Amino acid sequence: MATITVPESLTAPAGVNRWDSPWLNRKFVTGLVMVLAVLFMGLIGGRFWSERLALVASSPLNLPPAWVKDPQFIGATLAHPLGTESNGRDILAVIITGAPRSFQVGLIAAGIGILVGIVLGFTAGFMGGWVDNVIRTLADSVITIPTLALLIVVSSYVRVVDINSMALILALFAWAGPTRLIRSQVLSMRERGYVRMARLSGVPTFDIMFREMLPNMMPYLASSLAGNVAGAILAATSLEALGLGPARIPTLGMTIFYAISSSAVIRGMWWWWGFPILILIVIFSGLFLMAIGLDEIANPRLRGVQAQA
Amino acid sequence: MRGLTRQYVIRRLGMWVLTIWLGSTIIFAIPRLVPGDPVSAMVSRMSQSAGRVENSAEMINAWRVRFGLDAPVPIQYLRFLKNSITFDLGYSLGQFPETVSEMVAAAVPWTMGLLAMATIISFVLGNLIGALMAWAPTPRWLRRLLPLSLTFTSIPYFMLAILLIYTFGFGLRVLPTSGGYGRDLDLSWNWDFMLSIAQHAILPALSIVIASMGYWALGMRGMMITNAGEDYIILGRAKGLSPTRLFLRYAVRNAVLPQVTALALTLGSIVGGAVLVEYLFAYPGMGYLLYEGIVTNDYALIQGIVFILILTTATAVLIIDLIYPLIDPRISYQQR
Amino acid sequence: MTTPETLRAGAGVQPAGTPPGPVLEVRDLRVHYATHGGDVIAVNGVSFDVQQGEILGLVGESGCGKSTVAMSILRLVQPPGRIVSGHVMLNGTDLLGLSQPELNRVRWRDIALIPQGAMNSLNPVMRVKEQIADAIEAHEGKQPARALRERILDILGTVGLQSRVYDLFPHELSGGMKQRVCIAMAIALNPSLIIADEPTSALDVVVQRVVAQTLLDVKKRLNVSMILIGHDMGLQAQLVDRIAVMYAGNIAEITPVQAAFDGPLHPYTQLLIASIPSIKARKALHVTEGLTHDLRRPPPGCVFSLRCPQVADECRAVVPLMREMRPGQRVACHRCELWM
Repeated sequence: MATITVPESLTAPAGVNRWDSPWLNRKFVTGLVMVLAVLFMGLIGGRFWSERLALVASSPLNLPPAWVKDPQFIGATLAHPLGTESNGRDILAVIITGAPRSFQVGLIAAGIGILVGIVLGFTAGFMGGWVDNVIRTLADSVITIPTLALLIVVSSYVRVVDINSMALILALFAWAGPTRLIRSQVLSMRERGYVRMARLSGVPTFDIMFREMLPNMMPYLASSLAGNVAGAILAATSLEALGLGPARIPTLGMTIFYAISSSAVIRGMWWWWGFPILILIVIFSGLFLMAIGLDEIANPRLRGVQAQA
Repeated sequence: MRGLTRQYVIRRLGMWVLTIWLGSTIIFAIPRLVPGDPVSAMVSRMSQSAGRVENSAEMINAWRVRFGLDAPVPIQYLRFLKNSITFDLGYSLGQFPETVSEMVAAAVPWTMGLLAMATIISFVLGNLIGALMAWAPTPRWLRRLLPLSLTFTSIPYFMLAILLIYTFGFGLRVLPTSGGYGRDLDLSWNWDFMLSIAQHAILPALSIVIASMGYWALGMRGMMITNAGEDYIILGRAKGLSPTRLFLRYAVRNAVLPQVTALALTLGSIVGGAVLVEYLFAYPGMGYLLYEGIVTNDYALIQGIVFILILTTATAVLIIDLIYPLIDPRISYQQR
Repeated sequence: MTTPETLRAGAGVQPAGTPPGPVLEVRDLRVHYATHGGDVIAVNGVSFDVQQGEILGLVGESGCGKSTVAMSILRLVQPPGRIVSGHVMLNGTDLLGLSQPELNRVRWRDIALIPQGAMNSLNPVMRVKEQIADAIEAHEGKQPARALRERILDILGTVGLQSRVYDLFPHELSGGMKQRVCIAMAIALNPSLIIADEPTSALDVVVQRVVAQTLLDVKKRLNVSMILIGHDMGLQAQLVDRIAVMYAGNIAEITPVQAAFDGPLHPYTQLLIASIPSIKARKALHVTEGLTHDLRRPPPGCVFSLRCPQVADECRAVVPLMREMRPGQRVACHRCELWM
């Protein structure tokens, strides 16, 4: 393939290239906006809408959302704009209280997962030998195991009471993916010129890790974090949808569970499960876009190029 | 056999054993890590849902003996491992005297059928779409259509399942949304029965396929783009090969290799998603059985199913790992 | 070793009765690369001929555009590069005007490529036999298995490879073997012209010799015309008949190879020749003054004016045209009469 050696004067002026900063990447920013919007709604919403309406028996039962004119469903009122369900909960309140809880679970579980992943990944990548073998084999095993299945076993014995314990349970399995990713990054970076120079000059290992390698891994780590948060939220919601979530705290997943148990889907009470699902889809799509956007920054080749024939 | 060195096969088998052992040990350990012993925990849960339990003291003792809880933990562990290997998964607590093995054996074909079919379709279709998206000669109208298929990527399987149930079950009422087959049918291998099975499998399979296709498409597109600048592609063009041949045997054939590895890695989560889909559709597979076990606090059933799930997933990964060197000739010469 | 029948008969030679003329005529080829600072002019109006049965060397420093010329002839230039204008006549047909299907027919059958990095130019998942068969069957249709096998083994023999290579995968071959497989692929259809893009650059000296010898053998047996791109003047001296020297997208001089070494007329060629180390005498290291210009804005006059040791005012203002100064020796320089 022809290469043109281009003299200095031709390179882009010093300054931010559209592809190098996350803030200029359309996908990342769109995703971030989506995620922040939901988060914002959750955190601030409590000031505008009474959170007590999320409690059982706080509202009239089975009201459809305010704009529904379908004769099958009666009682639409602006007092409960998104409707209520058969336990007497107001859906809008449920969403406002539930969304931040989903984030909480996701961030804690994924955060722990990434931290453990960094520790194990670097250890494996740097020390090599049997340490690397053990860590890598263990991580591969955990990845292969269908985590949801094991989580179900755990959750059915350990009655989950609150969000934080759920997050900790998820964290038990959340470290394997990041460990694998970071390990392979470390391995490929270890042989790069600047790292070898650092090692040869006797720079202590910690410094190499934190000053040379970690900053260069940031886009990958961020992309992985977005993906892992989505994965953790998904796992938590899945457990809740099966009825294994915290019973007394309104979360999006438990709401879906009640909806399914009360046959809301077949009864056509779409607002019961529809709005929680909508919020979750926004969260997942947002995180997904963020992950892809960050991936584009990390891997320059993915930027809208096409293969020729 | 080409590509399969003995060392490689042994390594893969070792991983298989390790994964199953690790999963089983976790299954074994969890009930014993919870404060109190498993049997009392079970009884207390049962009494929570059923009111007072008669003769709880005798029942607890009988079960203790039955479950071997009177022996020291290491012996329990060894017995547990032996039982697992011989598929003696115990009696179901909810459906006594049915054994867990019987119940699981009845459910396995449904899950395997659904999962295998859905995964293969989604893998093939998703990768093809991704490859076409990255290939310049693909007609423009096709290329505009393709990203549509990706819009569902970030929706989890079970949410898509709910949407499908609502649309087709409540709204359109054209496809069955529950069960594995029509209830009023003859349970023998006749045409009506098979047709009914196929019909009932459509929506569950669709949930899995649509929701997972996008992941493959995106990955494949990325790989095709990464490979597009490779010298062998350029030389392939210079040779004047037909675009189809170049696409299939040069571009796709090489780009699909990491996708196969990714399949092995994501099988665990695919199985997890399928469990929920079955539960929602009341599809008579292991997922629905698992849900029934949860609801009835049937711990023996739960553990048995989870064990089988781990076993089948690990075996599927083993098969993929053993097939891989046959499609990538370089692999036996590298350290994995 | 005799030339196999299959190769002598050939599949892509000129039809009988074609008047002898140059196999390849390149006229005023221009190739630009789009960058966000403007178009980089990679090939700036290049014209040359390749006669039947000759090897034309194309040399120049990195970035002078020689590989781009090669890619353009085959129409393999990738975006952001594009061919702006020019004509490339192969046996009288303008390649730049062909439709895609027509181009696919001409590719490999009439003009083949020996790529620069053979390391990566072979499809990793296909055996050698399949890759050669690919090329044959793409142009000649499905072949009977036994005949195809014999033909491929013959071709492998011509480049000095053992028959066991037939079944191997690329990663099982050494660098030199891979390069020779590429040569084998290139001659499989007996094309009129082969473009060898730095075929020995990625190899060590010993293997270079083997590959260079293989090229020479191939050329002798098949009488195929070749363009040999490179920057190793010593190697060029042994292989080529005429040599074209490029600088910054322009051809500075085209001359029979002996004359290039005995009496180079263009200052750039003189510098190139002078930079070849001698095994007999110690020579001072000669460093050329000046910097290469910005390829988006070539100087108004001669492209070499910024670095030429013989530069005059006329050179900076007026673009020199190619003139035939001696029989067969053409130079683009205003002042070359001074030292003829």
